[in-house]
Amino acid sequence: MQMLCAVLVGIMVAASIYLILDRNLIRFIFGLVLAGNAINLLIFTTGRLESRRPPLIPNKMTMGQELFANALPQALILTAIVIGFALLSFVFILFYRAYQALGTVETELMRAAEDDADDHRPELGPAGGRPV
Amino acid sequence: MSELLILPIILPLVGGAAAVMVRKSARRSLQLALTNAGLHTIAGSLLIYHVHTHGIFATQIGNWPAPFGITLVADRLSAAMVMITAVINLAVTFYSKADIGSDLVRRGHYCLLQILVGGICGAFLTGDIFNLYVWFEVMLMASFGLLVLGQSKTQLDGGVKYVTINLLSTLLFIAGIGLLYGLTGTLNMADLHQKIPLVANRGLVTALAVLFLTAFGIKAAIFPLFFWLPAAYHTPPVSVSAIFAGLLTKVGIYALIRFFTLVVLIDTAYLHFLLLTSAALTMITGVLGAAAQNEFRRILSFHIISQVGYMVLGLALQSRLAIAGTVFYLVHHIIVKANLFLVSGVVRQLQGSFELARLGGIYRSKGWIAGLFFIPAFSLAGFPPLSGFWAKMILIRASLDVHQYWLAFIAAGVGLLTVYSMTKIWGEVFWKPAPEANHVVDPLPARSISAWMLVPVTALTALTIIIGLGAEFVFQFAQQAAAELSHPAHYVRAVMGNQ
Repeated sequence: MQMLCAVLVGIMVAASIYLILDRNLIRFIFGLVLAGNAINLLIFTTGRLESRRPPLIPNKMTMGQELFANALPQALILTAIVIGFALLSFVFILFYRAYQALGTVETELMRAAEDDADDHRPELGPAGGRPV
Repeated sequence: MSELLILPIILPLVGGAAAVMVRKSARRSLQLALTNAGLHTIAGSLLIYHVHTHGIFATQIGNWPAPFGITLVADRLSAAMVMITAVINLAVTFYSKADIGSDLVRRGHYCLLQILVGGICGAFLTGDIFNLYVWFEVMLMASFGLLVLGQSKTQLDGGVKYVTINLLSTLLFIAGIGLLYGLTGTLNMADLHQKIPLVANRGLVTALAVLFLTAFGIKAAIFPLFFWLPAAYHTPPVSVSAIFAGLLTKVGIYALIRFFTLVVLIDTAYLHFLLLTSAALTMITGVLGAAAQNEFRRILSFHIISQVGYMVLGLALQSRLAIAGTVFYLVHHIIVKANLFLVSGVVRQLQGSFELARLGGIYRSKGWIAGLFFIPAFSLAGFPPLSGFWAKMILIRASLDVHQYWLAFIAAGVGLLTVYSMTKIWGEVFWKPAPEANHVVDPLPARSISAWMLVPVTALTALTIIIGLGAEFVFQFAQQAAAELSHPAHYVRAVMGNQ
């Protein structure tokens, strides 16, 4: 079962890298989602996969008698999922706004920040609205 | 004294939450942010004083004993980083008064700024690697927000690049943490220090180390992972890019130092070679990239990269002197670099541009501003007796000590090329006559320089001079910090207790 999971993680990471290397931001973000899930699965696997035995230590003993799944990586994944969800929702909004502002989702064409554009107007005063 | 460890994290986080409530009033937002930055500086000073007199100390959150609970721990390096973060935060908050308009304040500028500072301090003070990941996330989320808050075209474009590469780094980081836990069964860094040598499969440890090197390397902007930095750092308002330039990549450097002195030691030739090569190439590509730029903040952004190379060099050389050099460099660099970005904002305020071609004649019209640029710029390039000279000298000396003559040569040569870029800015912005086009521009009301801008710039410039003249004291502190880093036994005892 662990082996199967390891192979699955490998396939998912490979697929996500393929998507991340794409010039299209939409494909990129799907790659990111896939990579995030693959890594959560990876952490899940490092804590052993064992469905039948609860992670309980019998009374008056210091160690469990049989191998059970470690609960800590699962807690870590929970944190990673929450953070990942927040980050992804931000990225979706950011990409959408970037698409609205720049009119493209092709990274090759997104050069607004790095062009030596000559549409120069002097910027004086504080950024974003009137002085405080 | 556990409050001292908690205060530098909790103050900005509470401040950030309070800033949400008052964000409709720009004036009250600023008052709140300034008060909080002041309190944070006091907390930072108390922390560094306590660490300097009593040595490393730790606290276990919720009284869960290490390695099971979350540990907060401060050694000299962490305390110095927290202190310097507080100083930069204070300077930048002060500067924001003149730099950040009411719209941005209403969108939550001060809230994000304080959460960013809280995240940075959390990363410096935590003793648990998963907790480090969480603080990195807090810091990243806040920095994403600050970067794109203005929603201009260039900000969104820079934001896309910054956000995507940082998300990848985050994924590598968390994958590394998962594997590390699978290998050792612990996430406490002091405990990891004891458990990692017991791992039988050394190949796995090296592979993990490279995973972490990549993750932290992206954040620290080392070669070849730095391309996001010059694409993004010149797009947000000046005060935001100043705090980014001063602190964010340095959190990556801090994580590299912590990881490679405590968790996994650089004991294989492979890792040693990887770090040294990457340090040398980071220095060179950064400074060459800067030479090709013609925009004030983009030149400075590329220089961040080349300076990061010096810090990695110190870590890679591993001798105590070299690590002391890195600590010295960190302190010097954060102040100088944040200050240079602030000066670029002063220049923009005067002439409305960051493009070198459109600037000029400031030496004639406002000579003292030229002085405020001159000191940090030539400190960056390494002129005696300014702080950068001592930082570079220690690192070059350390490379000569271990017979790395090429690296010493590169470090000195990159310093020389830094002078080239700085004289370019000096010549274009300050010495050459102001270009014709600027005279046609309507004189806008904001031509005079607000004291809110000048006070932090002057204060940081004075700090550069003080560090340069009082180098002996700073160097001693850096050496003590390096001693703690190269002998982690004290750190481990402070965290794990006497076992």
